[in-house]
Amino acid sequence: MSRIAGRTATAVAAALFLAAAVALHAAQDARFPSLSVDRPELLYVRSGETMKRLALDYDGAVADLYWIRALQHFGRERLSPPDHVRTYALLYPLLDLTTTLDPYFTIAYRFGAIFLGETYPGGPGRPDLAIALLRKGLSVQPQKWQYMQDLGFVYYWHLQDYRTAAEWFRRASEVPGAPTWMGPLAAVTLAEGGHRGASRSLWQQIAKSEEPWLRDSAAQRLAQLDAMDAIDQLEARVRDYQRLHPGVSLTWDQLRAAGYLPGVPLDPTGTPFVLTPEGTVTVSKQSSLWPLPGQVRQ
Amino acid sequence: MHAVRCVAVAVFRESVRDRVFYNLVLFAVLLVGGSILIGQLTAGQDVKIIKDLALTATSVFGLFVAIFVGINLVSKEVDRRSIYPLLAKPVRRSEFIVGKFFGLLLTLLVNVVVMTVALYAVLFYLSRGVPPNVQQAWDAPALDPALLKAIALIYVDLSVVTALAVFFSSYSSPMLSAAFTLGLYLVGQFNADLKRFDQIVSSPVAIAIGKACYYVLPDFARFDVKLAVVHGLPVSAGYVAYTALYAAVYIVALLLGAILIFSRRDFK
Repeated sequence: MSRIAGRTATAVAAALFLAAAVALHAAQDARFPSLSVDRPELLYVRSGETMKRLALDYDGAVADLYWIRALQHFGRERLSPPDHVRTYALLYPLLDLTTTLDPYFTIAYRFGAIFLGETYPGGPGRPDLAIALLRKGLSVQPQKWQYMQDLGFVYYWHLQDYRTAAEWFRRASEVPGAPTWMGPLAAVTLAEGGHRGASRSLWQQIAKSEEPWLRDSAAQRLAQLDAMDAIDQLEARVRDYQRLHPGVSLTWDQLRAAGYLPGVPLDPTGTPFVLTPEGTVTVSKQSSLWPLPGQVRQ
Repeated sequence: MHAVRCVAVAVFRESVRDRVFYNLVLFAVLLVGGSILIGQLTAGQDVKIIKDLALTATSVFGLFVAIFVGINLVSKEVDRRSIYPLLAKPVRRSEFIVGKFFGLLLTLLVNVVVMTVALYAVLFYLSRGVPPNVQQAWDAPALDPALLKAIALIYVDLSVVTALAVFFSSYSSPMLSAAFTLGLYLVGQFNADLKRFDQIVSSPVAIAIGKACYYVLPDFARFDVKLAVVHGLPVSAGYVAYTALYAAVYIVALLLGAILIFSRRDFK
């Protein structure tokens, strides 16, 4: 056998064995499917300072890895099946590690604060940790008006503490380079805090942001405000119906049959609103808008 | 000078023969793969993360080349006994050491330059078509020339590592040279702790030793401006120049030490 033929035969044999290994692997997967276990995620190093030393000169790249992990943790918990208890337990430690390794990682503070403040089960519902994260960012960059603005939002939206929110907006407005609408926003928040109109103008400003993720967040809040407006109108019609039919257990079908509604009303995401037998209207738990601000944590 | 150039060119050719530049393929795969995947994983931080990834890879790959090629520069010639005919030629031992050092620096320079070009190409690709208002939200422009400052200091950092490897290679085995070089590199990362030794211990002697080590050992943390550059924070040209000067002086000291040791070695 010539040398070339010998080499060709060896190459063909190697390719065949590789193909056989692939086939065996696929067959093994089909025959012995791997068990789906709801394993807890682990975080071996929780100290940012320790990790900063372990990362040597490469703290920026390691911060990126923790940032990606924080995003995946949040996404995995948020989209987990109903039988999984969402804890978001690693979210703050991961964000803390990220921002200790890279103290200038703006999006980790800002997006992280949105994640942390998000009401349960869409997020951990920890505005206190969102505030802690943003304050950590401010300790590194005291002139970062964006962090002050975000602090204002956390106080406004999650804690309904309009006085503190207005104070943060005012402080942000005094930083050179802050948008001109920040000053009026502080005044409106102080005067009309808690009014839906003030909230709407606040999120409409954010919706103009250059950051796509911030725009998405604002769009979600605006949709929630639209849903709250719709709920007010629906509850008014329900009350009209109840006045004429006292003591009746309510359904959408009854209201539609009586001509109060053209059909089952849908929220801005296209999910039907929920009507309780007592006549309370709310968004469905299946809707991405659930829970609305102020709804009971469940 | 001619002898130094000849030795340096020979080292560079040997690096090519030893397929040292294959690491560039890995770098390219990492960068291109990263740019495709990262956009979907990082909530709009792809430019920042590609910069981090590329600067880290440039530093890590360069470190591996500097250490694992550097430690063999002298010892390989001794083990192969090719040192005998070499020293029989009109090449002084000092020229041999300096030539070896510059040969590896040339290899590292080609490596770093190609990686830099690849980084800018990927950043250009990523920033193409991004609306100006989104670009304004970035800490630093995608094609930020300030990246060159970080890359220049990575190269300076690698030059010091190379000098360390050559120094240890001039008298010890490759294994020990690698351990010493890597050890000093790690110690040099935490050099600032030695300066603050007085906050931990009260013994004046220990404090004095800590301070002495701080000044004598190479301060590798000074060469790291990656984070600052990626976030568009100012890194003055004066800082870069001063750090490069510090490195140059340190390298000269190490090479003189290596020449001193190598000149006294008996190859009989």
